[in-house]
Amino acid sequence: MIDISNLRVRFGPTEVVHGISLTVPRGGSFGLVGESGSGKSTVLRALSGLNSKWTGVMRVDGVTLTPHRSRDFYRRVQMVFQDPYGSLHPRQTVDQALSEPLIVHGLAGHDARIARALADVALPGALRFRYPHQLSGGQRQRVAIARALMAGPEVLLLDEPTSALDVSVQAEVLNLLRALQVERGLTYLLVSHNLAVVAHLCPTVAVMQAGTLVETLSSDDLRAGRATHPYTAGLRALAVELA
Amino acid sequence: MMPPQTPLVDIAGLNIAFRTPSGLVPAVRGVSLTVGREKLGIVGESGSGKSLTARAILRLLPRTAVVTADRLAFDGTDVLRATERTMRTIRGRRAGLILQDPKHALNPVMTAGAQIAEAWRMHKGGTAHQAAAAAVDLLAQVLIRDPARVAGAYPHELSGGMGQRVMIAMMLAPDPELLIADEPTSALDATVQAEILRLIEDLVSRRGMGLLLISHDLPLVGHFCDRVAVMYAGQIVEEVAAADLARAQHPYTRGLLDCMPSLLHPRDRLPVLARDPAWLL
Repeated sequence: MIDISNLRVRFGPTEVVHGISLTVPRGGSFGLVGESGSGKSTVLRALSGLNSKWTGVMRVDGVTLTPHRSRDFYRRVQMVFQDPYGSLHPRQTVDQALSEPLIVHGLAGHDARIARALADVALPGALRFRYPHQLSGGQRQRVAIARALMAGPEVLLLDEPTSALDVSVQAEVLNLLRALQVERGLTYLLVSHNLAVVAHLCPTVAVMQAGTLVETLSSDDLRAGRATHPYTAGLRALAVELA
Repeated sequence: MMPPQTPLVDIAGLNIAFRTPSGLVPAVRGVSLTVGREKLGIVGESGSGKSLTARAILRLLPRTAVVTADRLAFDGTDVLRATERTMRTIRGRRAGLILQDPKHALNPVMTAGAQIAEAWRMHKGGTAHQAAAAAVDLLAQVLIRDPARVAGAYPHELSGGMGQRVMIAMMLAPDPELLIADEPTSALDATVQAEILRLIEDLVSRRGMGLLLISHDLPLVGHFCDRVAVMYAGQIVEEVAAADLARAQHPYTRGLLDCMPSLLHPRDRLPVLARDPAWLL
């Protein structure tokens, strides 16, 4: 479903992603871990069309991506950001936030679709006319997920979707993401610094360091400590020691 | 036999409420705890009142807060009745506060060295020259490899971990007896987080200080503290020795430990915390 080869991204004179390649099968989930500044979010932003300054080849469902994307691309590929407080418009109600994708993509039947979207992410209908500041952090992230699902996408790009949440809420959102994937056959590309979160959601994990993919391995190998790169082994040791 | 010691922090029956148009909203309810020259962790979710409790010790709460307590004392000084002048001898000088994000807590238009020197001189006096030398020495103590260079750098030129070391150096300048660290590593990467916490742990042990570590990360606190107090909805629901964390009794503590995904023990579905209204009583 997603096929990236030799992706390079530069900011001005500095290259920050040095030719990475990865493949995500349809309906699969792929995790990208690394520390801040490793370039993992930059990969996601180039793929999503938020940054057009890249070289290399990126394909989604066999279609080669250009810096300029079609409206259909933005329907099929959606992104969920780390901080729902920043990604939801403070002066739009939940209802307005969820209507926007429907308007942009010319989809009819707003009322029923929004009611169903709220039910899908397990939010009570009573929240529909509330503003983001009237919701809890977990509820806001559910709204952000519901908005990403409005236009019926096939790919979700998840950028640290639970890092701003308490662990109890993180568990709810991770369960939700997993259930949605099974129900709808979604393809996930998940970026996170938390090894346990990535391994929970993704059978395959790639580790980024300073703009390079140092290792791609299965979650089972990661869990069992069969990482071959010392950097991966170090991250794993920390995650195990401090858990 | 050791002589009986006054605990550094002695809190009994602390209540904090906020005045709102619709009446008083309680945020901390009946919290009691003591901190000696030891490492105490306060853990809880956002909104559980852990930061408010810590700030009450330094009387750093907003004006809309209504604070009452049977006892709220720092090393025998009644914080509720102390004059502002007395509080100023506690804040910074005898009790340092490390905040989450050095990007916001440091002055963006002063070099790291100048900020540390200012803190040192404020509490210890001395000449500007002595203060500048002390700043470099403090930066070396927080294990910065090139302290002279970092002293001349502005906060935006430093990484998150480096910025947090500068904050710690600044807090150590007046040789405080207590260090309050409020989510000191939440904004940092895992490798840096471990380094900073080891550094704090080492400095606290070596200088015989008390540490109050506030965090949402239960396993992390268990790793670096002697005792852990777990807060839920403004109350301490359980206090355990860090070594016994795995055997914690309260269903909330258990729930927090269980709902985290684990690298070593994968599960298909994560257990979700079922909040019992009885916990609020």
